Amino acid sequence: MSTLALLVAKGITKRFGGVQALSDVGFTINHGEIYGLIGPNGAGKTSLFNVLTGIYLPDGGEFTFDGDPLSNLKPNDVAARGIARTFQNIRLFGNLSALENVMIGRHVRTNAGVWGAISRNAGARAEEAAIHKRAYELIDYVGVAKRANSLAKHLAYGDQRRLEIARALATEPKLLALDEPAAGMNATETASLKRLLEDIRRDGTTILLIEHDMKLVMSICDRVLVLDYGKKIAEGSASAVQNDPKVIAAYLGGEVTLNLKGTT
Amino acid sequence: MHSFFDTGKNPKLAWTGLALIVVTLLVLPWALASMGTAWVRITNIAILYVFLALGLNIVVGFAGLLDLGYIAFYAVGAYVYALLASPHFNLHLPFWLILPIGAGIACMFGVLLGAPTLKLRGDYLAIVTLGFGEIIRIFLNNLSQPINITNGPQGIYMIDPFRIGDFNFARRETILGLDFTGPIKYYYFFLVVMVIIIVINLRLQDSRIGRAWEAIREDEVAARAMGINTRNIKLLAFAMGASFGGVAGGMFSAIQGFISPESFVLVESVMVLAMVVLGGMGNIWGVILGAVLLSFVPEVLRYTVTPVQEALFGRTLLDPEVIRMLLFGLALVLMMLFRPAGILPSAVRKRELETPAKP
Repeated sequence: MSTLALLVAKGITKRFGGVQALSDVGFTINHGEIYGLIGPNGAGKTSLFNVLTGIYLPDGGEFTFDGDPLSNLKPNDVAARGIARTFQNIRLFGNLSALENVMIGRHVRTNAGVWGAISRNAGARAEEAAIHKRAYELIDYVGVAKRANSLAKHLAYGDQRRLEIARALATEPKLLALDEPAAGMNATETASLKRLLEDIRRDGTTILLIEHDMKLVMSICDRVLVLDYGKKIAEGSASAVQNDPKVIAAYLGGEVTLNLKGTT
Repeated sequence: MHSFFDTGKNPKLAWTGLALIVVTLLVLPWALASMGTAWVRITNIAILYVFLALGLNIVVGFAGLLDLGYIAFYAVGAYVYALLASPHFNLHLPFWLILPIGAGIACMFGVLLGAPTLKLRGDYLAIVTLGFGEIIRIFLNNLSQPINITNGPQGIYMIDPFRIGDFNFARRETILGLDFTGPIKYYYFFLVVMVIIIVINLRLQDSRIGRAWEAIREDEVAARAMGINTRNIKLLAFAMGASFGGVAGGMFSAIQGFISPESFVLVESVMVLAMVVLGGMGNIWGVILGAVLLSFVPEVLRYTVTPVQEALFGRTLLDPEVIRMLLFGLALVLMMLFRPAGILPSAVRKRELETPAKP
């Protein structure tokens, strides 16, 4: 790695009609970090994810990923460059088995085409076996191996979240972007999710994490970015952000803002 | 689709079943011929519908793109064959050359339809494809002026049958003491092509490409986020589906000897779609069953409606054609009410019951 920075965002701006979803957001994620992204509902967290992963085109600004600009690529090209994501409202391939979901994640790193599929030549067979093996390893890694052959839609909620992570990991991402992975989980499930995220980081994948569960964010994230009304209002270590008056104001409401502005 | 012919789990049963099916398919035309050659012809048409249903299944069943104009590719294949092997342009190319050409041209038309509709789904895609099917038919109807290409509504006649050297598929002859009529010869040829097409479909479904199609069907946004180039993969589905239709069209031309735009009306597209849906979208064996049933049932009714009425009431009360379609419609409605996922639902729905795989 030539530099410490994996992802650099500069001046990211996005408007939907008259709504300013993101204005001039900039940040840097370093290799090996778990980087938190928090903010009240509607702050623009998911919009930022969608701009980053190519689902929306930004109205301004640009990302630099791993040293090269990530300008206006399509979602599939973004995935090929090494950014994989999960979705806030789980988007698995419901009528396919859990294992097949992860196998589809391997698509972008494999090449067999129509001829390989029809002829089943040695190359295609070897690739297919490797896809199967890797998918099983990953589904085991996230702890859903027992349900490998169940339809994804029949999995328990927490398992679906984990399966989505396995599917994203199958694309061999350098940056794993998770959109509220702990939403709807109970304390035990969240604790085991935390262990999973720590494992993923230890195994060399940088994580960008949107989360509302502050306990999780504060205990796992190296640095946190706080958005409010599409603007960056704070960035720093978990404890620093926690005590930032602007952040408290954003979470607790306007009246407090007035009082606190007087004190800072 | 491992439950069928799964030689691993129960080899004896699987091989016996397979042998039984092979023998039945080999003997079938002789049994049918004893009831009249018409039944062999009906069987041949049924096999063509199997090709069509399997082709459409790639687009609708695998990739989840609702196509209501599929018969257009059948028409393209049929006209390519007719134009290159008839007195119309006085061209008489061999069939083994024309069938791949027809598949290729149909494939191009598949991409032509796919490219502008990439962003459409569901109802909107259905409307556009429906229009596309009609456009092709109307073109065929009107391309007789200023240059006469398709001969308009009169159609093209005296289309060559399949020929390899002196061996003519349409001629009746005795081989090894057996009386081979034209339809029986075609039957065996179609059977071979059908096996090839089924193998291609099975292998496509269980491959990287097949999974990408299914991913698009399930959730296009997630598929793109997982790195699937949805544009190319959708175009591939249209192209593959269309080329199967093109091959079937060429064969249709050859066995009929005459084609006109009337053979490629909207109802035909709807019929092929009904075969796919009725059999079980996405399940290759279900789709084949759907195609066989929907091509045979109306014919069986055609020959039974009148005798049954005469036996019951002593005379024909209702016009056979009316009651045939009535019963047919009723059967479809009942099917959809009681087995909405099709006769043989897609395999993934059954996997839930199986034991987890070992690494």
